[in-house]
Amino acid sequence: MKFEYAPAPESTAIVDIQSEYNLFIDGKFVPSKGGKRFETINPANEKVLSRVTQATSADVDRAVKAATEAHRKTWSKLTGAQRGKYLFRIARILQERAREFAVLESMDNGKPIRETRDTDIPLAAAHFFYHAGWADKLDYAGLGKNPKPHGVVGQIIPWNFPMLMLAWKVAPALATGNTVVLKPAETTPLTALLFAEVCQQADLPKGVVNILTGDGSTGAAIVNHPGINKIAFTGSTEVGKIIAKSVASSKKALTLELGGKGANIIFEDAPIDETVEGIINGIFFNQGHVCCAGSRLLVQENIKDELLEKLKRRMSLIRVGDPLDKNTDLGAINSQAQLMKIRELAESGDAEGAQRWSPQCELPEKGFWFPPTFFTGVSQAHRIAREEIFGPVLSVITFRTPSEAIEKANNTPYGLSAGIWTDKGSRILWSAQQLKAGVIWANTFNKFDPASPFGGYKESGWGREGGRHGLSAYLKGDFS
Amino acid sequence: MLLTDSSESSIKSFLKNLSPVDQVGADARAAMLATRSIKTSSKLWAIDTAISMIDLTTLEGADTPGKVTALCTKAVRPDPSDNSVPHVGAVCVYNDMVKVAREHLDNNGGKEIPVAAVSTAFPSGRASLDVKKQDTEDAIASGATEIDMVIDRGAFLSGNLEKVFTEIVCIKEICGDRAHLKVILETGELVTYDNVRRASFLAMAAGADFIKTSTGKVSPAATAPVVLVMLEAVRDYYAMTGKKIGVKPAGGIRTTKDAIKQLVLVNETAGPDWLDPKLFRIGASALLNDLLMQRMKMKSGQYSGRNYVTLD
Repeated sequence: MKFEYAPAPESTAIVDIQSEYNLFIDGKFVPSKGGKRFETINPANEKVLSRVTQATSADVDRAVKAATEAHRKTWSKLTGAQRGKYLFRIARILQERAREFAVLESMDNGKPIRETRDTDIPLAAAHFFYHAGWADKLDYAGLGKNPKPHGVVGQIIPWNFPMLMLAWKVAPALATGNTVVLKPAETTPLTALLFAEVCQQADLPKGVVNILTGDGSTGAAIVNHPGINKIAFTGSTEVGKIIAKSVASSKKALTLELGGKGANIIFEDAPIDETVEGIINGIFFNQGHVCCAGSRLLVQENIKDELLEKLKRRMSLIRVGDPLDKNTDLGAINSQAQLMKIRELAESGDAEGAQRWSPQCELPEKGFWFPPTFFTGVSQAHRIAREEIFGPVLSVITFRTPSEAIEKANNTPYGLSAGIWTDKGSRILWSAQQLKAGVIWANTFNKFDPASPFGGYKESGWGREGGRHGLSAYLKGDFS
Repeated sequence: MLLTDSSESSIKSFLKNLSPVDQVGADARAAMLATRSIKTSSKLWAIDTAISMIDLTTLEGADTPGKVTALCTKAVRPDPSDNSVPHVGAVCVYNDMVKVAREHLDNNGGKEIPVAAVSTAFPSGRASLDVKKQDTEDAIASGATEIDMVIDRGAFLSGNLEKVFTEIVCIKEICGDRAHLKVILETGELVTYDNVRRASFLAMAAGADFIKTSTGKVSPAATAPVVLVMLEAVRDYYAMTGKKIGVKPAGGIRTTKDAIKQLVLVNETAGPDWLDPKLFRIGASALLNDLLMQRMKMKSGQYSGRNYVTLD
């Protein structure tokens, strides 16, 4: 018998999207000085959601001034416990308005409501709760006595987890006593603008958080502004390198969280059904728009056929479609540009002789879509084995021995994440020691917690976010 | 046949070669599938399908002919006010009530509903093989066409797999083509998912037609991850042998939501072929009334309350 799941769309009545948005500077929404508007669309149906403002360098200047004043006059005068109070308040409001954030995030980003509801927004709130607890305990964070904030931090976040990345940036910055100028990604500004409302609702002192929408030029103006003491960036390695160069001649502190080409290593004794789930989660979570995605599947050659059979079966169960349907597993690609990039790289896989496989699945006509896909016959020399695709595309590579697995896993300019699947505890520990990656998961993948530091080796970035290690990025002090 | 012979070493090496189960991962998969949102037409379909899969059960020391006949009446026509409700999958009783149930069903329009008997010194399984055989023979002679036997958990946990295997083979021989054999693993006593997977394969290799989670006398019973692991086992066994073995969760499934979650597990694990009373049953009693109340609500748009369904 066939069990069809009837459409189960989450209602959009809970969100109230304005037709136009101004910039959030000094606690108020204010019009830009000379900036034009640009559209933000729903990538699942290409409908325009709103028109937001392209912040100019004059706007950046205003925002930095507001943040500097706020830091000097109010935020630096508060005790840690008082700062913590605001963070707790924000965390609670995020929980109260969780559904509103989840629906809005799904609409603006294209990711499934199941993920925004169960992962993005709960984790964002958790980051505020976690850092609220640190605010009055910084003397005990192991960073020396009485560590000091940098002052004004410029934060530039990506489109793949708009609200969660905002939380990763804003929560530690505020907990440590910094004030913030934040730029959300061009294609996903709406939850950041809703967060601005939350700041007002929480009575956060004006100027402590400033939110400027815009494209790369706004980002560049933030990076190059002399009034900013620290830059935190999450995004592509390409842009990260430009930022590192710009900041190199200044005294600005810098953390970068960049791309990755994570290896998910499957040993022959792995618990196979859970491993298949982990592979699915590793590469199809958030349409593969995950910097730490397990985009290279390194499988021991003697179990390759059995594993791929099971993977194919499981992939054919993935429900692709309306992101707001509660049963959707794979949503829309975030933008036309990203879709073109995924297509181009997948085509390079075909051209270089790898074999492509996707399950039968109907893609909606409107919007940006790419089916869940894997390539077999991939070698280390293929572009799809080396370059970050940032989409639902998995490259399958085989190995014969544990040392060969490690060698191939580390043979990449990146070093953000890796997964190890085996029933053998000793092999997990041995592999984890050899792997050059900032995050290593054993018998699971894509699990996040505010207490766990996240960051990369090599071209995957500098510094850590989250946990005690993440605090140090926002503090300067007597670290001796 | 997956085993070269039924010796201890052959059984052990077969079970050792099975892929292990990671508990955290299995729990996570079951939890994810529990978030499926089943609404409107698919909910109505799921309710009727679940009703047709229920093994309507009473297994109490206080069971009387009166109680059992009432249950049988309910099995034939679960909702006296609505003839479109399907009959349940089977009636499940203790051995001595099989005859009462069979006769009442036959005389009241329930000829096609099988009677299942719990057998082999249910629920503990602590009796000699001869007694277990006699117990089973007795149930079939009284008219049971489905036998729900328990495995010897003590033997399984002490590593005496040959004993567990041989007992199932013996009971299967008695069943022959007269009765379907459901093998109860009592997963609440096996505890680990590795044990559940091994016991599932052991039972299937020994000739089970169905593997069943629990007696209903031990908690936890049919948890979602345990059912998931068993559904994966029947799916893998089918891939190995071409034989489809049924699954029966029993114990702890009380609400429509629980039942629909079970159907989602079936659909996305073993696959749609198993969405059939021949291959999936739910051992329950209170569940039926909740399904009926939800069904009335779907049809009329209003909740009616427990006095609009029969309490038997």
